[in-house]
Amino acid sequence: MIAAEGVSVRLGGALLVDGVSVELRVGEVLVLVGPNGAGKSTLLAALAGDLPVAGGRALLDGEPVQGWRPVEAARRRAVLPQHNPVSFPFDVRSVVEMGRAPWRGTEQEDDDDTAVAEALRDTGVEHLVDRAYPTLSGGEQARVALARVLAQRAPAVLLDEPTAALDVRHQELVLSLAHRHARSGGGVLVVLHDLGLAAAHADRVAVLDAGKLVAVGPPAEVCTADLLSAVYRHPVEVFPHPRTGVPVVLPVRSREEQECLS
Amino acid sequence: MTASAVRGRTRVVVLFAVLAVALVVVSVVSAGAGQYGLPVSDVLRALTGKPLADPFAEGALWAVRFPRVVMSLLVGAVLGVCGALMQGSFGNPLAEPGVVGVSSGAAVGACLSIVFGWTFFGAFTVPGTAFAAGLVTTFAVYALSRSSGRTGTVSMILTGVAVNAVAGAVVALLMFIGDQAAREQIVFWQLGSVAGARWSYVWVAFPLVAVTALASLLVARRLDLLALGDRQARHLGVDVERLRLLVICAVAIGVSAAVSYAGIISFVGLVVPHLIRMIVGPGHQVLIPASLLGGAVLLAAADLLARTAVQYADLPIGMVTALIGGPFFFWLLRKNRTKAGGWA
Repeated sequence: MIAAEGVSVRLGGALLVDGVSVELRVGEVLVLVGPNGAGKSTLLAALAGDLPVAGGRALLDGEPVQGWRPVEAARRRAVLPQHNPVSFPFDVRSVVEMGRAPWRGTEQEDDDDTAVAEALRDTGVEHLVDRAYPTLSGGEQARVALARVLAQRAPAVLLDEPTAALDVRHQELVLSLAHRHARSGGGVLVVLHDLGLAAAHADRVAVLDAGKLVAVGPPAEVCTADLLSAVYRHPVEVFPHPRTGVPVVLPVRSREEQECLS
Repeated sequence: MTASAVRGRTRVVVLFAVLAVALVVVSVVSAGAGQYGLPVSDVLRALTGKPLADPFAEGALWAVRFPRVVMSLLVGAVLGVCGALMQGSFGNPLAEPGVVGVSSGAAVGACLSIVFGWTFFGAFTVPGTAFAAGLVTTFAVYALSRSSGRTGTVSMILTGVAVNAVAGAVVALLMFIGDQAAREQIVFWQLGSVAGARWSYVWVAFPLVAVTALASLLVARRLDLLALGDRQARHLGVDVERLRLLVICAVAIGVSAAVSYAGIISFVGLVVPHLIRMIVGPGHQVLIPASLLGGAVLLAAADLLARTAVQYADLPIGMVTALIGGPFFFWLLRKNRTKAGGWA
């Protein structure tokens, strides 16, 4: 669906992404992790066609993403950037309806109402439809922005830290929506900071460090204490969940360590 | 349809009805008012093509009052529309046509022809040079603020600030080297007025205003998406660069036309879209036509006030709009700040 082939991105002279090759396949949730400044959002922006690539190719359905007409690209992939301010007091329903813009004048326009209603319901913001977007809390805004992306009904979905402003319940909700989308024939690329969430929900995890791809594969293979400790430059523990066996990732907390030693 | 959607639609219908009625009432009253006052019945009689008892009144009505009223409607309409276009395309409620240098550029053009006494287009020389300079300045701002094929909102607004400063300096220099009469003319022009309007001017301005209005209706739906930000709009299939170029062309043409005949009338482009947004929300498919009507009503009313507030004096219209509009606008913003979530 979406692929990076040796992608490098330069911004203001600095090489932020360095020869990364990774592919989002149909039916999977691919989670991108890495420390601050590793180039996760930059890679996502290059794959979305927001930034030009300095080397390699960013592909959408086999063609360079910047070669698509914007409306054609929008029918194939939806993007949720990290920050989603809305500059005028549009109400929530209008914001979600904007997600249907790429389908104007096509047969899919008939699905507008159902797509919007479903997106509002799935993200749990139905009760906010008449509120002005700028008056919502950060978490509510994040869910409305996600609803807008879901209403677009594009097969490939790129989400940049969709859970950052959300409480536990809504974090789980977002990732289960991502799973449902992937299982129904889509593909979802998610940038996450929470390694626990990544390990629990990813079909595959890609680890970036200093602009380079360090590892990519199923969480059980990639989320190891050694690899994550090295990448994050902080000791990290990984152990299987006692009931489910899913890898649990926890940073070693200095206070606990000290108490153990004393 | 939900109850709130029905309420919203009712508001839109009421707003357009009120604006349409206000437009007619203000125009008719304005055509009758002035140093040589005429009753409304006479104005209506003249409009239906019947001769008036007083041929002097009829002549004044057709040669002076009507073109003046029509010009104020045209200029107000285009300023209202262009304000909505600028605010929408920059996603910034503070943007107004002046931001991209169109007014200050036109001022430079007008001042050049005033100071150097150019007459190559006859009576159209000052408006002609103002129009040309307004267009050139706007495209210069656009070209200067582009980098790697894209125009950032902030870089464009800052480039506009720089260009406006230079244009202001050029106008100051021209005032310095111009003679007494030229200086007076420049000051008068900068304060704005529709006093000298004639039919020949109206016929030149009308198609330019119409082009701007049509273009603005075409881009209205896509402007909504720009409220999400450039990146997000692009993700939703909007060719942001092309859309913004189209908007800037429309604004340059419309505002250059308005400024070249009426001088600099501040404030209408800023305040009208705000007022409309407070009443019916930010959706551009309603905002743009409503701003067109609202701007026309506001400027026609301001011109009426400018002519009648002080006896035997024709106040500069730009002064009237700013003097009354400024405090009123501030009061409205304070009142709506909490409701709309910030200064939007």
